[in-house]
Amino acid sequence: MSDGEPRAAAAPAGAVPAIEVHDLTVAYRTQPVLWDVDVTLPEGRLIAIVGPNGAGKSTLLKTILGLVRPITGWVEIFGAPYEKRRSWVGYVPQRESVDWDFPTSALDVVTMGLYGRIGWLRRPSRAHREIALDCLEKVGIRDLAGRQISQLSGGQQQRVFLARALAQDARLYLMDEPFAGVDATTERAILALLKELRATGRTVVAVHHDLQTVADYFDHVVLLNLRLVAAGPVAETFTSENLQRTYGGKLTVLTQAAESLLGERAAGGG
Amino acid sequence: MSPTLAILLVAGAVSASCAIVGTFLVLRRMALLGDAISHAVLPGIVIAFFLTGRRAPLPMVIGAGVLGVLTVFLVEMFHRSGRLKEDASIGVVFPALFSLGVILISRYAAQVDLDLDCVLYGEIAYAPWDLLFVGDASWGPKALWVNTGTLVANALLVGLFYKELKVTTFDPGLAAALGVSPVLIHYLLMSAVSVTVVGAFESVGAILVVAMLVVPPATAYLLTDRLGAMLALGVGFGLASAGGGYALARWWDVSIAGAMATVSGLIFAAALVGSPRYGVVAKLAARRRLGGRLAGQLLLLHLAETAAPAATLQQRFGWSERRLRRTTERLVRRGLVERRNGALALTAAGAAAVARGPGAQLAHPLAEASGELAPSGGLARAQEPADGSV
Amino acid sequence: MLDGVLSFTARNVLLGATILGVSGGVLGCFALLRRQSLLGDALAHAALPGVCLAFLLTGSKAPLPLFVGALAAGLAASLVILAAVRWSRIKEDSAIGIVLSVFFGFGIVLLTWIQKLPAGNQSGLDKFLFGQAATLVWEDVRVMAALAALALATVALFYKELKILAFDPDYAASLGLPMGRIEMLLTLLLVTVVVLGLQTVGVVLIVATLVTPAAAARQWTENLGVMIVASAGIGAASGVVGALASASVPRLPTGPVIVIVASAVLVVSLLFAPQRGLAWSRVRERRVTRRIRRENLLKDLYRVGEAEGTFARLVPAPRLMGLRGQSPARLAASARPLVGAGLVERRGDAMRLTEEGRREAARVVRSHRLWELYLTRRLELPSDHVHRDAEAMEHALTPETVAELDRLLGYPPVDPHGRPIPPPEAAETGTGPRRQAAEARP
Repeated sequence: MSDGEPRAAAAPAGAVPAIEVHDLTVAYRTQPVLWDVDVTLPEGRLIAIVGPNGAGKSTLLKTILGLVRPITGWVEIFGAPYEKRRSWVGYVPQRESVDWDFPTSALDVVTMGLYGRIGWLRRPSRAHREIALDCLEKVGIRDLAGRQISQLSGGQQQRVFLARALAQDARLYLMDEPFAGVDATTERAILALLKELRATGRTVVAVHHDLQTVADYFDHVVLLNLRLVAAGPVAETFTSENLQRTYGGKLTVLTQAAESLLGERAAGGG
Repeated sequence: MSPTLAILLVAGAVSASCAIVGTFLVLRRMALLGDAISHAVLPGIVIAFFLTGRRAPLPMVIGAGVLGVLTVFLVEMFHRSGRLKEDASIGVVFPALFSLGVILISRYAAQVDLDLDCVLYGEIAYAPWDLLFVGDASWGPKALWVNTGTLVANALLVGLFYKELKVTTFDPGLAAALGVSPVLIHYLLMSAVSVTVVGAFESVGAILVVAMLVVPPATAYLLTDRLGAMLALGVGFGLASAGGGYALARWWDVSIAGAMATVSGLIFAAALVGSPRYGVVAKLAARRRLGGRLAGQLLLLHLAETAAPAATLQQRFGWSERRLRRTTERLVRRGLVERRNGALALTAAGAAAVARGPGAQLAHPLAEASGELAPSGGLARAQEPADGSV
Repeated sequence: MLDGVLSFTARNVLLGATILGVSGGVLGCFALLRRQSLLGDALAHAALPGVCLAFLLTGSKAPLPLFVGALAAGLAASLVILAAVRWSRIKEDSAIGIVLSVFFGFGIVLLTWIQKLPAGNQSGLDKFLFGQAATLVWEDVRVMAALAALALATVALFYKELKILAFDPDYAASLGLPMGRIEMLLTLLLVTVVVLGLQTVGVVLIVATLVTPAAAARQWTENLGVMIVASAGIGAASGVVGALASASVPRLPTGPVIVIVASAVLVVSLLFAPQRGLAWSRVRERRVTRRIRRENLLKDLYRVGEAEGTFARLVPAPRLMGLRGQSPARLAASARPLVGAGLVERRGDAMRLTEEGRREAARVVRSHRLWELYLTRRLELPSDHVHRDAEAMEHALTPETVAELDRLLGYPPVDPHGRPIPPPEAAETGTGPRRQAAEARP
């Protein structure tokens, strides 16, 4: 599982983009879910993917991860196909994607992030457990290591998923609605974690459900509704016009909120 | 009545009867509950036999009905407790009930003619001689009466409750809002399944009843988007399985019920592969077309910016030469692109298509199927794709 | 009846049932957690044609060809199910039902064909329908033991891969683990259990050896490893009891008894396992309901006393009943423990708060009113909407939370309805934050 390139602490300008998507079309059964999507995502940023329900946001993540086969198009991660870059990518799925009634502890789940490293036929060692505990520490729930996952709150479960991805020590993190359904404290903790990741040169691409916070949390945004509507830095791209085109005009309250936010930022000097 | 005719009629009645209620089992994703009921009714039949001392149809039907409702109730109870998921609930309830039935038979009825193997695959070949006597006159095979009875009952049920069954199947929320109790319809349906099952028991046995309940309706499901058509087709395929199965069994001299199940499976396989809309072949073709259409659009868009020789295009899109050729041919045929001085360029019509803008290009690439069962129809709205997230 | 020394047959049955119980118990855990309990049923029914074809092709009833036959059929079955679900609109339950019944039907066709063959009449393949454990010979048991050992060793070797397959296959795929192959491995292991069960319990009941012990074990632990061991134990125990029972009682088939025993263990586990047991949930709920009723009574007495200006007057029962529409029996039941704890004093049909009762009631009322205020202020719910929500919530608030609410709201003196909020037990003196807030008010 060799990658070839060393991991840089911070990305120099003009570096290989984190993700390149070309002419991507994905269909579920016979319904197209992504149609002719072309987008390039830079390294070292916090990037949000927003769009209405059914817009294909999760599908885009899954296609990047190779979990879904596109009809046409291709994806490259740091200049190579996903199979070559697996160990550079950490995935945080939606919380609903697993059954939290599974008989296992938080520490156990985080240790799963190391399974790629541990390899066949070997057991997780003490060292692996230490790494997992450290990751739980980073998300602030080390004391819940032995807790059965069904007894965790939504925010704690989200943090377990994050810790699991952190265990992979990736360059690029793909997250599916990491802020959905978590309490305010967890939201702050997750945001702090993302900012820390960015500070160490990593890239985060997150499907985000809350338009109100896009401008505050992220510096780059991808607007998706079956097709790519727009992509770019938040200040230029997260405009009410683009939002209208993404959400088809059903957006008034949210549009106003976004506008006022952007206005505030502009007035306050960003 | 000749034995052959008797058997065919009985088989036909069984399969038609099962197909009618089975349609709703398939649509409501309760095929396995039907499987469970078909096993679990065994103790009910045995107890009825004990209580009445003979194998009379009516007590057995009642016994089966009770057990059927009990099965559904127990499964729901286990599931509702939150300690067991639905599939596990089914998987613990029916084996336990079935075991109870087998123990009762082995211990207390072994000397009487409740044959265990018969329970599993029936013996329809005996039907012509198991006659119903009213007084001294023979009214024909018992099995024919029983299964025609269930057929009529099921047809009545579906006829009288068609709207209610339809709305509770496709939109349970709406049903509740309209005052139709989904729970009532559910138990009504399950009772009908139980009664049908026991009627078919002696002819085809527990496991093959499942085949008659599930396979013909599933075959129909692959061919239509309308509930009414699905019911009709399901019955049709059931009859075909019955007839074909009998023929096969006579030819090879094997179990008739087993042959019926096998034939129903073959018909299903044919539909699975060949269904014009939902079959595997059609799916693959549709995907191909989708890819081709997209390729065409990409080419149009690109040409709108600059007329270019073939080689650059190939490099830009990473296509094989064959693909590029195919796509070009298609567009040329549709009059959107022409060859000019060794390069490709848009025609006026092609330019107009591009100019119509993203709206035109966003047009749904696949013909929309319509009807309750269609991808955008009632059933799709009520039940999400397995993937869940989009 | 056996005394001490089992007959050979009984010993074989006992061993066979135990081996099956252990293997089914272990593999069943993975099937259960993946919600694929009924896939095991499909694999079991599909095994029949495989076994028959193996016999037809090799003319032998030896374990190996039968195993290969069952395996091939099982794999074919699971592939068909997968293909049908992925490539058509057929849903998973229908796919399983179709495969189960059609494969089995075909198996019956083959079986009846075989029974007509000169060599086939005593092929004994039909015993696979219901199992005939009594026909197990020592050779069979040895093969079963070998297969089971192989299967269990495989589980041990691939434990973490199987675990992550059951928990989060998508994530595992993103890590680069070949989930398709692991899934096939699991199918293979399940088919092994099916083959083990064919002779002992028969096609129809194999699903129970997979599901029931695992479901029972799940109730006792939240640790997968422990669950697997417990499931194996329950499976083995059911096997032993089933074997012994059928050996001692005439005309009692082994398979069904094993299933009944395992089901009984399941029911007991569901009801009485610590933590998850339903009996305990009921007890806990009852306890909570009683606590709520007691606190409500304290609150009611407080409010009456507040309205009348004195807590010394006895409040007649009908008045209290009227406040919440309680029956006399319920009122008495709520009052009894309060009287016992010295919080309430009864005189005939009327009651009143004691000194200590008043303090306790004040605490409950404080929680309720602070919470109401929070709902109206922070969430901006209209005041006529909050009473019910507060009623439900206040019993769940801890003293720390209540103190925090108090601080958040700025130590308010009254609730949304203008009623005074009782101060906390240890009210401050001097210049603490509460006093400051009070003084800051106009």
